[in-house]
Amino acid sequence: MNAFALRQPKELFESQKLALWYFAVAVLLFGVQIIFGLLMAYQYIDPEFLYGKLSFMTNRTLHVNAMIVWLLVGLMGGVYWFLPLETGREVVGIKLAKFIWWVIVAGVGVVVLVYAFVQVGPGNAYTLWFINEGREYVEAPRWADFAIVAWVAIFLFNVIATTLAARRITGLLGVLIFDLVALGALYTAGMHYTVNVTMDQYLWWWVVHLWVEATWEVLVGVVMGWSLMYLLGTPRKLIETWLFLEVALVFGTGILGLGHHYFWIGTPEYWIGLGGFFSALEPLPLVAMVVHAVYDSGAHRLHTVNRPALFWAIAQAFGNFIGAGVWGFMQTLPQINMYSHGTQLAAAHGHFSFFGAYVGTVLTLVYIAVQNARKRVVVPLDSRLWPWAYGFLIFSIIGVVASFTISGFAQTMIERAELGSTWNAYITSYTHPWYTNTHWWRFWMGMLFLGAYVALVWDLLTIGRKPAAAVEAAHD
Amino acid sequence: MDYSWIQISVAAVFLSVVITLVLSRGYGWLSPTFWRNAAVVSSMIMLFILMWLTFDTTEKIRPGAGRVPTWTVINHQIGLKWDGEKRRQVPVVGEQTGFFGKVYSPDEAFALINKGKMTLQGRNCMECHQILGNGAYYAPDLTRAWLDPWWEERIMPALGVASREEAMKTWLQHPDKYPQGRRRMPNLHFSDEEAVALVAFLKWMSAIDTNGFPPRFGVAQ
Ligand code: HEC
Ligand code: HEM
Ligand code: HEM
Ligand SMILES: [Fe+2]
Repeated sequence: MNAFALRQPKELFESQKLALWYFAVAVLLFGVQIIFGLLMAYQYIDPEFLYGKLSFMTNRTLHVNAMIVWLLVGLMGGVYWFLPLETGREVVGIKLAKFIWWVIVAGVGVVVLVYAFVQVGPGNAYTLWFINEGREYVEAPRWADFAIVAWVAIFLFNVIATTLAARRITGLLGVLIFDLVALGALYTAGMHYTVNVTMDQYLWWWVVHLWVEATWEVLVGVVMGWSLMYLLGTPRKLIETWLFLEVALVFGTGILGLGHHYFWIGTPEYWIGLGGFFSALEPLPLVAMVVHAVYDSGAHRLHTVNRPALFWAIAQAFGNFIGAGVWGFMQTLPQINMYSHGTQLAAAHGHFSFFGAYVGTVLTLVYIAVQNARKRVVVPLDSRLWPWAYGFLIFSIIGVVASFTISGFAQTMIERAELGSTWNAYITSYTHPWYTNTHWWRFWMGMLFLGAYVALVWDLLTIGRKPAAAVEAAHD
Repeated sequence: MDYSWIQISVAAVFLSVVITLVLSRGYGWLSPTFWRNAAVVSSMIMLFILMWLTFDTTEKIRPGAGRVPTWTVINHQIGLKWDGEKRRQVPVVGEQTGFFGKVYSPDEAFALINKGKMTLQGRNCMECHQILGNGAYYAPDLTRAWLDPWWEERIMPALGVASREEAMKTWLQHPDKYPQGRRRMPNLHFSDEEAVALVAFLKWMSAIDTNGFPPRFGVAQ
């Protein structure tokens, strides 16, 4: 056991117990996301399936919103897990944190039920406040927006107050606070209604892009920093130097990289050059993260206290680079994006990047928590099942991504480039065999993904239960 | 705007590097302090530029300022023309033709388009369609839906109506009855008012200058 891992006392901190709830809900919502993804994948095969009852837009809303919520919950859970270890004390304001958590769980339940059963509403402000805001990823009705802001504010208070009470600010905590302020503030940019659709999308991307390509990416840098310290005992100085470098590159390229969403929405022409230039540099920090992870694990010859967590951390580094960096770069130059914009190529990249960057991170955190949640802590944590869940989740998401890449390319060529994006062009492209062949393949890869998810859940429930030949933890 | 994107990019990178170097005098480039300074400086500079450009963009995308049309554009004929210098299509606003047989005042047009936008959000079109190329990929991009040749070629004859706005309104209220392909749009039960408002919104959107997206709309056939 390394020094950082040894900071874990036998009895969990209250905030770590809260983190376990965060992780449980996250993993549950992951399952919800997959179910609705499969329903959509099947509607591509048979458009009459659940037509008019649970139409495509409803399944898709639930799919992407469940994703945003579970990933954010997982990342926040990671902070609640590591914060007491970093500061050496219980989190300040933990009662408030528990209170808002149950409010949020209830709120998410209500929102999901309304999405699933009410689905849509009349074209007036009432709908936007109580049913659905109708903007991809941030459909949450306005009342829920306020609940989310309150939640992030309390979370930020927990972090700042605990840091102050510990009277010691580390580089990791400094970056975390800086990042959370930005993350919370950005969400409020999405809480406006405006009739001008260009302005609407201009601000919508502040939430969507500046979350996933800036503030979430840095939040991942922080929790992965702690994870690597825990898993490998990487020295703090190394972690913090890399983290600062990553922040410099992520914010230095990602903030103006926002311009890659401003090519075609009615915004001025200078965004074409700016967005193309800065977003083309966005993969740089992702390369740095791969170097970091490979160097650290290589230096320790993969000796770790927790094998599944370390393997997810390595998958995260590569997945982030390939899914976000390579699949994003592929369509980020305006000369290419003009034709690929709004095709399933974006969905290929969306699946690869969210899976690589964020699913990988949250599963690393969950395995670390699971290791310490049991009565006796097994070191190193290992099982026979996890490599199967791990391997098949990665394999099948690559299958889903490949299918979207091909249908997206067919769409780019046929619907956009050849036929000029009319209704007729759309029908010609989605009936082309290059496109339709991917439907089945995507669906069955999705089924495989579901199977691997079940294995994952089973493993999380059982790993470390039977410590056959395992060594007992130093603090046991 | 007085500066080109190249000038802004070069200035942003140059300032980030130079200010970091100045603040980090005495620290090696491998030290945490150097990179902490780099992180803070680059974030602040990029954020500052984003704020500045946001003010500029907000001015330029006001309805009527050139790129986004005024609300009363719905009273006019709208088309796309090839701009040989820019090498892309640009929207052109033609003579006044009225909308559903009426000329809307600026306030009336605003109210109608606003209703259309709320209906668009309330019925969640974006989780099937793309709006300005963003959204889902199950249904066609709606950026230029108003200008789609199929309204005249197929929908007007099929529904037996005389104008494009009538065709769109009627079709939107019964997409389940007049499917054009295997993927059907569900009946989202628009009221008459909502359907007219949606058509107004789509017509207004079709006149936004999108730098040529979607490329060569409706040219091939
Ligand atoms: C459940 C998915 C779904 C939702 C939600 C949806 N549509 Fe559609 N829409 C479709 C499909 C599929 C088609 C193609 C229909 C066909 O080919 O018959 C279509 C076609 C259209 C067309 C004609 C296509 C063109 O290129 O001109 C328009 C206009 C349109 N929809 C507008 C809307 C508006 C406005 C909304 C929201 C108020 C909306 N749709 C919501 C699925 C949807
Ligand atoms: C973890 C980081 C990232 C995540 C989670 C992510 C996710 C996404 C998602 C979900 C979309 C689709 C948005 C929509 O629904 O319209 C998207 C679009 C896009 N992303 Fe990323 N992305 C990431 C990083 C990157 C990077 C680093 C680049 C560039 C190098 C990039 C380039 C793009 C581009 C160009 C689009 C627009 C596609 C279009 O025009 O339709 N992304 N991204
Ligand atoms: C069982 C596996 C899955 C299947 C079958 C599936 C299927 C789908 C489908 C059909 C869409 C709609 C695409 C469209 O609009 O045409 C979609 C959207 C999306 N899914 Fe999945 N999905 C799965 C798992 C995941 C996972 C694990 C993630 C990420 C963690 C994810 C993230 C997304 C995102 C970000 C979008 C929006 C993409 C965009 O707008 O560009 N999905 N998914
Ligand atoms: Fe982006």
